[in-house]
Amino acid sequence: MSAASAPRPEAIKAIPVRHPWRWVAAVAVVAFAAEAIYVVATAPDLRWPVVQHYLFQERIVLGAVGTIELTVVAMAIGITLGILLAVMRISPNPVMSTVSWFYLWFFRGTPVLVQLFFWWNLPLILPTIGAFGHQVNTVNYINSFIASILGLGLNEAAYMAEIVRAGIISVDQGQTEAAMALGMRRTQVLQRIVLPQAMRVIIPPTGNETISMLKTSSLAFITQFGELFRVSTEISAFNFRIVELLIVISFWYLLFTSVLTVGQYYIERYFARGGQRELPLTPMQRFRRMLFTFHAPPPEPAVPLNLPRAH
Amino acid sequence: MVKAEGVHKSFGRLEVLRGIDLEVQPKEVMCMIGPSGSGKSTFLRCINHLEKIDAGRLSVDGELVGYSQRGDRLYELPDREVCKKRSEIGMVFQRFNLFPHMTALENVIEAPTRVKGENRDQAAGRAMKLLERVGLADKVRAYPNQLSGGQQQRVAIARALAMQPKLMLFDEPTSALDPELVGDVLDVMRGLAKDGMTMIVVTHEMGFAREVGDTLVFMDGGVIVEKGNPRDVLSSPREERTKSFLSKVL
Repeated sequence: MSAASAPRPEAIKAIPVRHPWRWVAAVAVVAFAAEAIYVVATAPDLRWPVVQHYLFQERIVLGAVGTIELTVVAMAIGITLGILLAVMRISPNPVMSTVSWFYLWFFRGTPVLVQLFFWWNLPLILPTIGAFGHQVNTVNYINSFIASILGLGLNEAAYMAEIVRAGIISVDQGQTEAAMALGMRRTQVLQRIVLPQAMRVIIPPTGNETISMLKTSSLAFITQFGELFRVSTEISAFNFRIVELLIVISFWYLLFTSVLTVGQYYIERYFARGGQRELPLTPMQRFRRMLFTFHAPPPEPAVPLNLPRAH
Repeated sequence: MVKAEGVHKSFGRLEVLRGIDLEVQPKEVMCMIGPSGSGKSTFLRCINHLEKIDAGRLSVDGELVGYSQRGDRLYELPDREVCKKRSEIGMVFQRFNLFPHMTALENVIEAPTRVKGENRDQAAGRAMKLLERVGLADKVRAYPNQLSGGQQQRVAIARALAMQPKLMLFDEPTSALDPELVGDVLDVMRGLAKDGMTMIVVTHEMGFAREVGDTLVFMDGGVIVEKGNPRDVLSSPREERTKSFLSKVL
């Protein structure tokens, strides 16, 4: 056809639409932010040297380690138990699904602070615990760490169970059928086919839960466990620099959540395998590519559209 | 190979199968046609017990599907037994249902290694041959979404063949494909039929049914309306309903 031999028309060079209001908004936001920072930074009774002194002080760092410990262990319990509860919930076995339902009803229905305090005070009502004639003293086992991870972990499991269940439901029914038609057992279908695909749906809210747990772990102060919030209140009870210490621990919380956010991004990419045809570049890859293409000519400036000359 | 006697199946109040009687001999290729909702797919899914039948008898290779009979009592088979029987029947779906998180090769070796406990290298070796047979030797490492519909369906056929089934069920294998991709899939199925595979094919491809099928079954409203040699049924149908259906699709 002649279309193939016709000369290719000139590439379109149009002037982009202007967005003056974006500039106005940007200026307003920057001005407001600057004012807010100025007001806080120059607050007459805020002692910045105190913040600086405690930022990396040993007790605070140990508290930060405590916060990490609680988050990691409580999330491990939450995810493991959550998967188990979700699988129980969708199981054809009515005993399993009922147990799971009641677990969720109870642990989502009571405040986590109450649960933490309950575990911490368990020895009050159960001085000894045991089975088959073998009794142990509860006080020896329920220390502040155990009470904290029980309170946080068991509560988290209830929420994780719903997240995992949502993920399982999101996988196309045809996948289960194809796997069953091949002769795979229910557990194999779940393990090999459904759960790996459910991960794409499970991971973003799990990242959310982890970040949330990092901060919820501060409620463990009630068990006297030495995490960030507990340590900061102990110090400020002594020197009365409450806000300074809140700034110190906020720095640590923000640092940890930032790290988690980046981590979540990469885990999501891993499980997106076989999803999108081509994964978008990571910020690091984009940065590297930018460095290497730095010498490439810049995009041409916009010029008035060349209209074909009238004949 | 497959024998159905008075097979009934309902979903709630809707009776989808209302007494199916048929027999498929070893090495036979049976094609099933009929309007949508006539129960063809449901019948296919009953054969490997993806659906439970409500009444009648359905057996594969002389053994009841999903039950065992002792005296005149029926016992439901435990999950393990059902899985074992399913593993001997291959099934190909309209929407392929490949596992999207696995490459073509991983899709094919998944069941042999997990269900039969085959050695991974050995399974991979056979899988390569199967993928070659369906014309996809160069797509071994591709993920399903990097393949066209026709290629995906051929991987799905290879995946079913990897279990060395004695019977293959095809549930409208070409209905979700672009017209120019249908041919490749039908070629693979034609080859299977030539190699003596017993096949039940639910399809709208009348050309394939005429050329490859040994028997043609026309279903409507949950019953078999007409059954016979494909050429005879397609060119000179006896029943009014068959005539009116064929006049719409041919």
